[in-house]
Amino acid sequence: MYRYDEFDHGFVTQRTEQFKDQVRRRLAGELTEEEFKPLRLMNGLYLQLHAYMLRVAIPYGTLNGRQMRKLAHIARTYDRGYGHFTTRQNIQFNWPKLEDTPAILEELAEVEMHAIQTSGNCIRNVTADHFAGAAADEIADPRPYAEILRQWSSLHPEFSFLPRKFKIAITGAPHDRAAVQVHDIGLQLARGEDGNIGFVVFVGGGLGRTPMIGRKVRDFLPEEDLLAYSEAILRVYNRYGRRDNKYKARIKILVHETGLEELKADIEAEFEKIRYGVLRLPDEEVRRIEAYFAPPPLEVLAVDDAAVEARKASDPAFAQFVAHNLNAHRVPGHTSVTISMKPIGGIPGDASDAQMDVMADLAERYAHDEIRISHEQNVILPHVKIADLPALFDDLVVNGMAEGNSGLITDIIACPGMDYCALATARSIPVAQRISERFGGPDRQAEIGELKIKISGCINACGHHHVGHIGILGLEKKGEEFYQITLGGSANENSSIGEIVGRGFSSEEVVDAIEKLVDTYLGLRTAKEETFLEAYRRIGEAPFKEALYGTA
Amino acid sequence: MKVVTANRLLDGEVVWQGADGAWVELLSLAHVLEGKDEVAKALELAAQSIADREVVEAYAMDVTQDEGRIVPVRLREMIRAAGPTTHPELGKQARVSAV
Repeated sequence: MYRYDEFDHGFVTQRTEQFKDQVRRRLAGELTEEEFKPLRLMNGLYLQLHAYMLRVAIPYGTLNGRQMRKLAHIARTYDRGYGHFTTRQNIQFNWPKLEDTPAILEELAEVEMHAIQTSGNCIRNVTADHFAGAAADEIADPRPYAEILRQWSSLHPEFSFLPRKFKIAITGAPHDRAAVQVHDIGLQLARGEDGNIGFVVFVGGGLGRTPMIGRKVRDFLPEEDLLAYSEAILRVYNRYGRRDNKYKARIKILVHETGLEELKADIEAEFEKIRYGVLRLPDEEVRRIEAYFAPPPLEVLAVDDAAVEARKASDPAFAQFVAHNLNAHRVPGHTSVTISMKPIGGIPGDASDAQMDVMADLAERYAHDEIRISHEQNVILPHVKIADLPALFDDLVVNGMAEGNSGLITDIIACPGMDYCALATARSIPVAQRISERFGGPDRQAEIGELKIKISGCINACGHHHVGHIGILGLEKKGEEFYQITLGGSANENSSIGEIVGRGFSSEEVVDAIEKLVDTYLGLRTAKEETFLEAYRRIGEAPFKEALYGTA
Repeated sequence: MKVVTANRLLDGEVVWQGADGAWVELLSLAHVLEGKDEVAKALELAAQSIADREVVEAYAMDVTQDEGRIVPVRLREMIRAAGPTTHPELGKQARVSAV
């Protein structure tokens, strides 16, 4: 796994010292709130409804047991005993005191973590497929490239004050689990005709109040050009992106207003100027960074394990876990295990300090000390022996983390919503909890099959509702919460933006409305194998609309 | 009918302006303001408090009174006054006298 080098260590320590002094100056009255706010935001510290919130970066969602244990320690010592994993593979603490944040950042620096560029109009934490380095369908591990992008974008002086925030996602597999087409830059690893690695490049995807699917600007960008081309995109955006209106400032608006062909020409022209300069990636440097992500030594083992099969036959909960929470591994006899952070009726993405400690232990015991956070707010142990599954499952059961619901209707993405967030217009988490309770029976959710529900508590769409198979957007109408439903969204390699199905529903009505949609799907699907999204794409919205509103 | 609210600088705790201009941690202890002049005067006091580094982001919020109890008009302010609805053990609602 990647280890910080001396340079990283130096600059994170320096940044922590700097922030410590900024907090001191704020408390001493040398800085006003107006002066201090941008500084704290650059270090991931927000002010929300009840308290400050600290967002800690987990680069490309990868961490180890020691780091997870540190997050548990911070939750226990400085917060209220829990943390919240986010849709950008980060973790948020909801109750830190301003005066404690320098100490928290010092503790994070001890395990090579920080909160830099988790906020502000800069290039944010680069996200990646959570099964990176393990998935059977992967062309190559995308994380070395995510790391190269991280090094290039960290405190990049030219790109620290962009028109708006900028998000990059990368996937190494043809099946996109990193939602790359709804990012400012989306990168999909591909092999060229000569067998060399390169990238399909998408630009201008994004959610928020103006959702857009990214446009393809390159079918194949050679590996060596990754940074020069990214820099060219950022330069064009930095120069032409709108700064007059923050709602029109993301690169997606620039792509839309300029037109793809003209913007592509601008990017290519900029790229030609710099492609043979300092940003050209030397092969030996890529291979050096790749070595940091070298997979653990995994022995090829039998795929079928008699004990696992026997347990599946005798224990329905284990069978359900095995059916839904495993992802095919590139080394036979191994698997990637999703630890669901979506207990039935629970809060999506929340983990207690004790659970974080347990996950650290389990990673060390069963998974070569590797942990991933998924953008779907779950925790992954990427390299687990299939033979270890019964023992691992038993440990998860004891600690309340054994729900076998990955990818099912109760595996809901939800933003923090109005229970925490100062921007929210309605609550998200309670709706997720009620849907989870309604559909949480093991038979019911297995019968429904793959169905991604995503809930946002405001138009900024942190809960990715636009790309939910069923999306729910919480708004305020005449002082009451009400929820708008979209159908047919998707964030994989066939991304689509969901369509609003009709008028919204009150908080009391919304779960019944979801049930009507689910029952309509169950009645119309051609076979159990036809998922909700496939059925919706085949038959369109009419029967769903009819079920919700009656004949128009 | 309004009260003035803010977050405390040091720990972000939600506070309201009390009768003597001092910040209080419970909405029930807030000073209810009637009319534009009272609100303007309260916001002036709050501005001074911001300058003195006691609180940040002060503003006036709408309330009603129900049998002497101060009740926020907007759900957002109800949640600020109580704590996350998803965590009844956290925030002001965990204190017996809060809600």
